[in-house]
Amino acid sequence: MKLSRNNGLRASAIGALVVSGALVLSACGSDDNNEPTKSGGKQTSAAASNIKCDGAKGQLLAAGSSAQENAMDLWVKNFQAACEGVEVNYQGIGSGGGITKFNQGQVAFAGSDSALKDEEVAESKKICKGGTGVNLPMVGGPIAIGYKLEGVDNLVLDASTIAKIFDTKITKWNDPAITKLNPGAKLPDSTIQAFHRSDESGTTQNLGKYLSTAAAADWKYDPKTKSWPAPGGQAANGSSGVAQAVKGAEGSIGYFELSHATANKISTVSVNTGASAPVAATSENASKAIAAAKVKGTGNDVALSLDYATKAEGAYPLVLVTYEIACDKGNKAETLPTLKAFLNYAISEEGQKVLTSADYAPMPAEIAAKVRAIVPTLS
Amino acid sequence: MVTTTPPAIKNRSRRAKSAARPGDRIFSGLSKGSGITLLVIMAAIAAFLTYRTVLAVSKDSTNFFTTFEWNPAGDPPVFGIAVLAFGTVVSSVIAMAIAVPVAIGIALFISHYAPRKLAKPLAYVVDLLAAVPSIIYGLWGAIFLVPYLDGLNQWLDQYLGWTYIFDKSADGVARNLFTVGILLAIMILPIITNVTREVFLQAPKMHEEAALALGATRWEVVRMAVLPFGRSGIISASMLGLGRALGETMAVAVVLSPSFVLSGHLLDPGGGTFAQNIAAKFNEANEFGRDALIASGLVLFVITLLVNGAARWIIARRKEYSGANA
Repeated sequence: MKLSRNNGLRASAIGALVVSGALVLSACGSDDNNEPTKSGGKQTSAAASNIKCDGAKGQLLAAGSSAQENAMDLWVKNFQAACEGVEVNYQGIGSGGGITKFNQGQVAFAGSDSALKDEEVAESKKICKGGTGVNLPMVGGPIAIGYKLEGVDNLVLDASTIAKIFDTKITKWNDPAITKLNPGAKLPDSTIQAFHRSDESGTTQNLGKYLSTAAAADWKYDPKTKSWPAPGGQAANGSSGVAQAVKGAEGSIGYFELSHATANKISTVSVNTGASAPVAATSENASKAIAAAKVKGTGNDVALSLDYATKAEGAYPLVLVTYEIACDKGNKAETLPTLKAFLNYAISEEGQKVLTSADYAPMPAEIAAKVRAIVPTLS
Repeated sequence: MVTTTPPAIKNRSRRAKSAARPGDRIFSGLSKGSGITLLVIMAAIAAFLTYRTVLAVSKDSTNFFTTFEWNPAGDPPVFGIAVLAFGTVVSSVIAMAIAVPVAIGIALFISHYAPRKLAKPLAYVVDLLAAVPSIIYGLWGAIFLVPYLDGLNQWLDQYLGWTYIFDKSADGVARNLFTVGILLAIMILPIITNVTREVFLQAPKMHEEAALALGATRWEVVRMAVLPFGRSGIISASMLGLGRALGETMAVAVVLSPSFVLSGHLLDPGGGTFAQNIAAKFNEANEFGRDALIASGLVLFVITLLVNGAARWIIARRKEYSGANA
């Protein structure tokens, strides 16, 4: 009797300890995550009231690009906090998988690093009764060129040099092409270890598109391929794998989303675009480059054609735009209110503002306004 | 004696007759059903793989077996398994070359040399090695093993570079087929060790004692009584290990720096394996790309089938020599 009571007491004491520990931990966690949006803790709860739930309920399934997964996590967290009884489930299984699932009717919307191809649009008509799948750009992000080189802090490269490095045409750090762009930097006579993605990825595809636009003479590979087209260099699995590899090897260079560079404290290359000063890889600079994009989609489709060769001041041209793909007409009736409410929040000023905290770039005003007008018309 | 035998036979036949009881019928039905289910599942997998393979390969613009490229999304689609088949076989062979002798050594040590106090914990630790998930091996390989193998690679390049296979012709860290082979060796070690240990433990005590009585040393006992008895066990254990090495996915995907270049220089980063390539390409692949990957999966399926068949054949051929019939 006495023994068991003692045990009970101890158990509850441990329980209390665990709970309080968890509270402390989660408190820290949310503080860290919301740093930029926080500005006084209360704003998140005040802001949460701005999310319009509009009859959102039940479960909303989505899948696709892993590049926007962190953005989705932020949105889902805020949206679920504001709208009771709603569960949004986004699986970062890759753009290809997301589009396949969307076209099979398994998910309400897909996330993708590239706009739907013609045949995918044709296929989407089976699911979207009376409509088609449309591309709604919602998350942008700079692709950082990260490097590790002792004693060199602000490396500047241009598109042609980047192309030659990743194509292993430039193999030494003190190559004249690099020293010319970096007067005064102490560049060693060591080999460049260029890392690329070993898996297929929208990040690779966007780098390819950038290089074949901005450095057409030095990058002759198929710009559409999602797998690495060049024969040389070394590879690692996933953005995190490339970041890990670059972090671990002196004299290495690789490409990944900016968040990986921030998380691993990897220095990033500033790109000489022809503007008056080299442009650093930041969310803000990426937004400026996306603003130079043209909308190539028609009707409700807002597929973008990025201007990779932009010379606008402070525009970082190596960017990735990810789309949410949903039906313009013929969405499933039971998930439609939730879908609209969620996408409404995502593209709202508030939803976009959250993005910078995870090193993503918000959509520039003009494009955001266009998407904002379309989301409420989804049916 | 003679009088008691016929009743025993009678008894047995009565028991055989009672097989018609419901419990027996259910049991035999269940076991037959399990056997048939397995065959149906295997047939279904093979049929699925073959169907998707035909879809993919019929549209391949080049030879599926000899092409050094993987671009099913291209126009026209180009993909082939030459590099994958080479990488899969080479990394598995390296793994086997390292793992089999070491595993036999460990198994012999546990079964015949180690004091009992040491043998038990050691066997337990080897079992534990098998319980580590392959992604953990992969991360350990990529973060810990690779930097430490750089030195070994340079040494091999310097002193054994003349062998061509150890000639390091491209710069880069040790994310190559050789490293993958070492990692796979560690991963298949517990399987081979456990099975061979069990076989060695079953070596007939009478044989061993007879050898000892003839004045054999401990090594001679092992050589004359234990190893011949365990030979088929060693082979089947090795084949189990080889099966795992051939199909290992995540660890290879994390450690290897893949490329579609077929190179005999094992220390150069590059190459690839079937499972690694599927893991790396599946997420972003479209329908057709997936079919192409499934086609490569079918090739791996066939290779594994051949390896297992060969192992069965060798064991069957050697059965008469093994002590199992003694």
